[in-house]
Amino acid sequence: MRRVATTGRSPHRARRNLALAVLTLLLTTSAVLTSSGAATAAAAAQCVTDASTACVGGTIRTAAGEPAVGVKLTVDGPGGSVEAETGADGRWSAAVTTAGDYTVTLDEDTLPEGEQLRDPAGNPRTVVVRLGSSAGALFPLGGGAAGGSGATPDPGASAAPGTNAPSTGASGGVTAQRVLQQGVSGLVFGLLLALASVGLSLIYGTTGLSNFAHGEQVTLGALLAYFGVQVLGQPLIVAGLLAVAVGAASGWAQDAGIWHKLRQRRLGPTQQMIVTIGLSMVLQYAFQYFVGGGPLRIVRENPVPVRIGPLLLNQQSIFSALIALVAIAAVGYFLLGTRTGRATRAVSDNPALAAASGISVERIVRIVWTLGAGLAALGGVLLGLYFNATAWNMGGAILLLMFAAVTLGGLGTAFGALVGSIVIGLVVELSTLVIPSDMRYAGALVILILVLLVRPQGILGRAERIG
Amino acid sequence: MDWTRILTNVAGEIIAPTTAAYALAAIGLNVHFGMTGLLNFGQAGFMLIGAYGFAIASMAGWPVWASVLVAMACAVVFALILGIPTLKLRGDYLSIVTIAAAEIVRLVGRSTSLTWLTGGNAGLAGDSFKGSFQELSPLPDGNFGIGPWEYSNNLSNSWWVRIVGWALVALACLTIWLWMRSPWGRVLKGIREDEDAVRSLGKNVYSYKMQALILGGTFGAVAGIIYALPRAVQPDSMGRPMTFYVWTILLLGGAATVFGPVLGSILLWTTLMLIKTVLRDVVPTTVMRSEQIEMLGWVLVGLTLMLLVIFRPQGILGDRKELAIDVR
Repeated sequence: MRRVATTGRSPHRARRNLALAVLTLLLTTSAVLTSSGAATAAAAAQCVTDASTACVGGTIRTAAGEPAVGVKLTVDGPGGSVEAETGADGRWSAAVTTAGDYTVTLDEDTLPEGEQLRDPAGNPRTVVVRLGSSAGALFPLGGGAAGGSGATPDPGASAAPGTNAPSTGASGGVTAQRVLQQGVSGLVFGLLLALASVGLSLIYGTTGLSNFAHGEQVTLGALLAYFGVQVLGQPLIVAGLLAVAVGAASGWAQDAGIWHKLRQRRLGPTQQMIVTIGLSMVLQYAFQYFVGGGPLRIVRENPVPVRIGPLLLNQQSIFSALIALVAIAAVGYFLLGTRTGRATRAVSDNPALAAASGISVERIVRIVWTLGAGLAALGGVLLGLYFNATAWNMGGAILLLMFAAVTLGGLGTAFGALVGSIVIGLVVELSTLVIPSDMRYAGALVILILVLLVRPQGILGRAERIG
Repeated sequence: MDWTRILTNVAGEIIAPTTAAYALAAIGLNVHFGMTGLLNFGQAGFMLIGAYGFAIASMAGWPVWASVLVAMACAVVFALILGIPTLKLRGDYLSIVTIAAAEIVRLVGRSTSLTWLTGGNAGLAGDSFKGSFQELSPLPDGNFGIGPWEYSNNLSNSWWVRIVGWALVALACLTIWLWMRSPWGRVLKGIREDEDAVRSLGKNVYSYKMQALILGGTFGAVAGIIYALPRAVQPDSMGRPMTFYVWTILLLGGAATVFGPVLGSILLWTTLMLIKTVLRDVVPTTVMRSEQIEMLGWVLVGLTLMLLVIFRPQGILGDRKELAIDVR
């Protein structure tokens, strides 16, 4: 009964959040998208290619999209070392006369005040130079990279909305406008995170399994969308639906092929958890095997910015937030209003009792896996759009945020996952006001540890023996 | 196929400093998981914090022994911070918190705002901190070769690192052997099997778990030093995957055994090297690029972990009755 009462309130809260979210969304995303899109221009103004000359060049813009003037770069390689500096339009170029691999190093001390590389791992970077053509070396500025376990560019990095403020949070003043902008951005991120984490929480609730491979379901969704749009040439909506369908099917297959069998073997939840860790490694590296380590943009076009009052957002994230809200509302309806949903909650409460009262626990678990994986895939598609790029390790990078969210909300409660995700989203984005933005995921993880100290059952969890 | 080269590569892995470092880290994890049943998924965090502690202290001009003490002290503090909120909670909470804490260490270490201290995401170059360690070497300068192994005596990836690393592994094995036979070790084993029973005998379970966490973490910190000495302190190379390799090593060799971690480490790295070098020779690069072979190697490690846990959780040397993976 308690849970029904709690959940009954959530849709209202969600609706209120929606209005707020729509406002806030606009602001962040456009900023992100414009800044990263701007860096794609590779043609160098000062250098002209001919049969014996090649150009290495690019354009550097600040997180706010302004040209970054006076940034010094060094191009090193078989043809010797060439220095370059960005001009008033942010462009730089260096002429080289020998083909080969060149290392481009950006002198970070010459960046404009308060700017930092979005992906510090990308500096220095290597470009392949062929005579008679131009090679681009891009150094997007903005929030620093956060998650990501490898040296590959982290999609999480582009999430830092840095339009109006230098991304090294501490150096910019905390203004009401920035708080609002970051808050809305956090809300959007939280909603998308909620999509990814609801499945994690439901699976934990019904089977007691902490699924460390859930992040890979998120990555799968984003990669499928990329595949649909960029390889098959489908419109985004078709590719997105396809991704969700395949994602859900993969959840069904995973439960049928692995977890159902392991439950039958009476493998304990902890053993199963270690199996999910192995599976997460298998899937992550399999993704990297097929798509490589670089960032992949699901759509190439830059989203249309929308300004609402003091907030700068873009259409894409407004739609993303709306889709997320609709999906979450549908899950809410499923859990509260349908027979299967009630059965799901019964299994979460007490599987033995549920089985005794005639509920087919295995069937419910199968449904939860399918639903959870489908939602994760949807979350992956939308997060891939929100981050402006996806990569093989996108899900892995946000996995711990998902765990933080479900632990915070109360392990095993679907609505707890929603509340927890929004809190984590807000913490991640608002913390950049006071700590450097490349530490913002760390801030959320600190919150996780603090919650366990104070209220280990989470916000909506029931107090029970957990020690 | 050039079998001499392949076998030389594989033989190199047997005594490589990395193998020793992973064996040490797995021995530390064995204290947590094998002896006490703690699900520590943040062993890479202990290693990274140890490597940072050692490197930063060395760069500040401290002697080697003091730098090692700094690294161990860092691990003790880290274990206390981790243990206080979680050791009273159920096992899976400890796993989530440890994995998160290791990630926090990495994220903070690679942050640009700490570049002055930790070198940001580029890390700390090996040459900046390994000088004092190399000066301690009693070996003459130059190279020395025996069988397939030929390395510099003192520089970077040297015999000196190998000797120290494997001496530490031997020492750690001896310590574990003594601990397992001691009354203290039996209490830990009791906690692993049935916490409530131990509590009812009047033992302070929380305190014993904390001791195990601290001691195992200290092994991790020392392992981090050995891992960093031939290369550099690079936060991104010491992330979550590293923890998972340590787990695979421990479960492969056998948890709750003395030599399991050592065997697991040697077996994992030699097999991986064998598979990778053979594939590089056999598969044309049009079918599989060399970085894809690398990926395939890690896929196999993940698969090994899954299959081990499902079909042989006791590993090679372990005793199935000894191992209760399902801690509460």
